[in-house]
Amino acid sequence: MRISDFIYEIKEGMAISFQAIRANKMRSVLTTLGIVIGIVSVTLMGTAIEGLSRGFNDSISKLGADVLYVQKWPWFAGGDWWKYRNRKDIKMAEYKAIDRQAALIQAATPASGTIRTVKYQDNSSSGVFIIGSNEKYLEIGGSSMDIGRFFSQAEADGGRPVCVIGSEIATNLFPHTSPLGKNLKVGNFTFRVVGVMAKQGSFLGMFSLDNRVVIPMQAFLQRFGTRHGIEIDVKAKDIKQLDDTKEELRGILRKVRHVAPGAEDDFAINQQEMFIQTFNAIGLVVAGIGLFITALSLFVGSIGIMNIMFVSVTERTKEIGIRKAIGARRGTILLQFLIEAASLSLIGGLIGIIISYPLSLLLNQILPTSMPISVVAISIVISLIVGVISGFLPANRASKMDPVDALRYE
Amino acid sequence: MNVINIKNISKTYVMGTEEVHALQNVSLQIERGEYVAIMGPSGSGKSTLMNIVGCLDTPTTGLYEFNGVNVSDMNDNELAKIRNKEIGFVFQTFNLIPRSNALHNVELPLIYGGVPATERRRLAEEALQHVQLADRMHHKPNELSGGQRQRVAVARALVTKPSIILADEPTGNLDTKTGDEIMALFEELYNQGNTIILVTHEESVAEHAHRIIRIRDGAVERDEVIKKDGAVKTAASL
Repeated sequence: MRISDFIYEIKEGMAISFQAIRANKMRSVLTTLGIVIGIVSVTLMGTAIEGLSRGFNDSISKLGADVLYVQKWPWFAGGDWWKYRNRKDIKMAEYKAIDRQAALIQAATPASGTIRTVKYQDNSSSGVFIIGSNEKYLEIGGSSMDIGRFFSQAEADGGRPVCVIGSEIATNLFPHTSPLGKNLKVGNFTFRVVGVMAKQGSFLGMFSLDNRVVIPMQAFLQRFGTRHGIEIDVKAKDIKQLDDTKEELRGILRKVRHVAPGAEDDFAINQQEMFIQTFNAIGLVVAGIGLFITALSLFVGSIGIMNIMFVSVTERTKEIGIRKAIGARRGTILLQFLIEAASLSLIGGLIGIIISYPLSLLLNQILPTSMPISVVAISIVISLIVGVISGFLPANRASKMDPVDALRYE
Repeated sequence: MNVINIKNISKTYVMGTEEVHALQNVSLQIERGEYVAIMGPSGSGKSTLMNIVGCLDTPTTGLYEFNGVNVSDMNDNELAKIRNKEIGFVFQTFNLIPRSNALHNVELPLIYGGVPATERRRLAEEALQHVQLADRMHHKPNELSGGQRQRVAVARALVTKPSIILADEPTGNLDTKTGDEIMALFEELYNQGNTIILVTHEESVAEHAHRIIRIRDGAVERDEVIKKDGAVKTAASL
C-alpha cells in the first residue's frame, strides 16, 4: 500500500468516525466516562506531584542549594542515636578555622537558634525563632532586606544588641509604626531593630520563615548561650565544586577536632541533596498510588469503549459489507474502527482535561502548582493509546467479516 | 476475449452436519461487451454464482479466471482489489452508505483505489452526470427517491471503469416505471461498450439482456443468446 493510499484511508476513517460519533452523541459521551475519570486522575496526580516537588524545590531553594551545614547530627541517618549524641559539640573554634583556612568557600557563618517570646510595648509574639549569626547571614541564606539594613561586621564582632526581624514579626509587633530604631524585648534582653527582612513564606507549608529574629552570634552566645554548641553554615564558591568544598571542610574539621587518622568523622556535613533524596522517595510512593488508581480507571474506560465498539461494529455490519464489496481491504476496515475507538477515547481525554483544569486551580490553594503542559500532552497520548488498544478486538472482528454474510445482514 | 472464464466450479456449504451443494460443475464464459442475464428461481444457486463471479466468494473446487487471471485461490485482500478495480456492483437494496451524500458514495471506490482527491472528485461528478444526477450530488440517500438511489449506485459502479457491471435484481425494489428507466440506463451502458451481468428471477427483466443463462439446482440448465429481433438460439449451436 502506498503512503498516499494510507493517508486517504486515514482521512476517510476520520470522516466516518466523526459521522458515527455525531450520530450517537449521548452514547459516545457516556462511553467515554471511564476514560474521563482516568484522565482526570492522571492530570490531577501529575499536577499534585508537580506541586509537591515545586513546593519542595521552592522551600529548599530558600535554604540555598550550595550551602553546606556543619552539624553534630546527620539529617537522615537513623540508627545509632547515642553515637551522635555523644559527639563533641561544634564550637566557635571550628567556625574560625573554617573561616580562616577554607579556600573553596564564599562565606561561612556560625549559627545557633533558640525559641523565645518577643515583645514590643503591649504586643508580643511567642514561639519566635531567635537566630544567632553574623553579617554573612543574608548572603548565605539567600534572603534580602525589605527595609533598613542588616547588622554590620563591626556590630557582629562586637556582639552589639541589635537585631533584624522577619516580616511576620514586623506586622505582628509593629502594626502601626515603623520598627526601625525601636527597642525589642527578646526574652529578658533588649535589642534595637535595624532592619526588616523581605517575606520568604513557609518551608513546605510547615513553619514560617518570617517568624524570626536574627542577632549577632556573640550577643546570642552571651545572652542565650546554650550547652549544645552551634552549627556552621557554609556557602560554596561554586556549586559545581560542592563535593570538593565538602572534602576541604572535612579536612579542616578533622584537624581542629583531632580526629585520629582512619577514625570516623565525629561531625556531619549536611546538604540539601539529602532532603531531595528523601523527598523523591515520598514522591515515588505518591506516584505509585496515583498510577494504580489511574490504570484501574483507564482499564474500566477501555472496557467501556471496547463494548460500545462491538455494538457499533454489529450495527454497521451491512455498511462493512458494502465497503468490502466496493474494495475496502481488511486493513482499511480495521483502520476505520481503530480511528473511531481512538477518537472516542480522545474525546474522553479532552473532557477529562477540561474537567481537571478547574480542579487543578483548586489544588493550587493547597500546593503551589498549575497543570503542567507535559501532563496534558501525556494525557492525550494515553487516551489515544487506550482507544487503539480497546478498539482492536472489535475492529479486528469487523475487518474479518465475510462480505457475503455482511451484505446479507439486516 | 473472455472477461469471465469459469471451468467446473462447485461450491459446497457445510450446514451443521449436512453438506449443501450450492453449485455443481458449473462452466461458463462471458466475453467483453456482452449483456448477460443469469436467471433462476430462489435456491437455484444463482446468488452463489453471482458472489463467485463478483469475487465476493471463492469456489470450493474448479477454476475461475477473470481477465485471464486465476482468482479462485486469491486471498481476501487480492479479491478486494479485483472488486475495487474490475467489478461494479449494483444491488437490489441500493446499498449506499446512509450517512454520506451521493458524491461521497460515488467517490468511495476511488478512495479505496487510492485515486488523488481532485481526480476522484472529477470522476465522481462525471459518473453522476452520466446518470443524470448532477443536481443531486450533495443529497444523502434518504433525501433521494428509489430510482435516484439506484442511479447513484450505478454511478458508483461505473466510476472505476470496471471490466464488468454486476447487477443483482437491480429493479427488485423499484416500481415498474422506475425499473424500466434503470433498465434503459443499462441498455445505454451496454451500447457504450460496458459488459453487464444481470442476476434476476424475473423473465421480463432478463429479456433486456442479449444472452440468458438459466440456473437450476446448482447447475446451468440452459444458455441461450437472444437476437435483437427476439429469436432465440442456444449458445451451443452458435
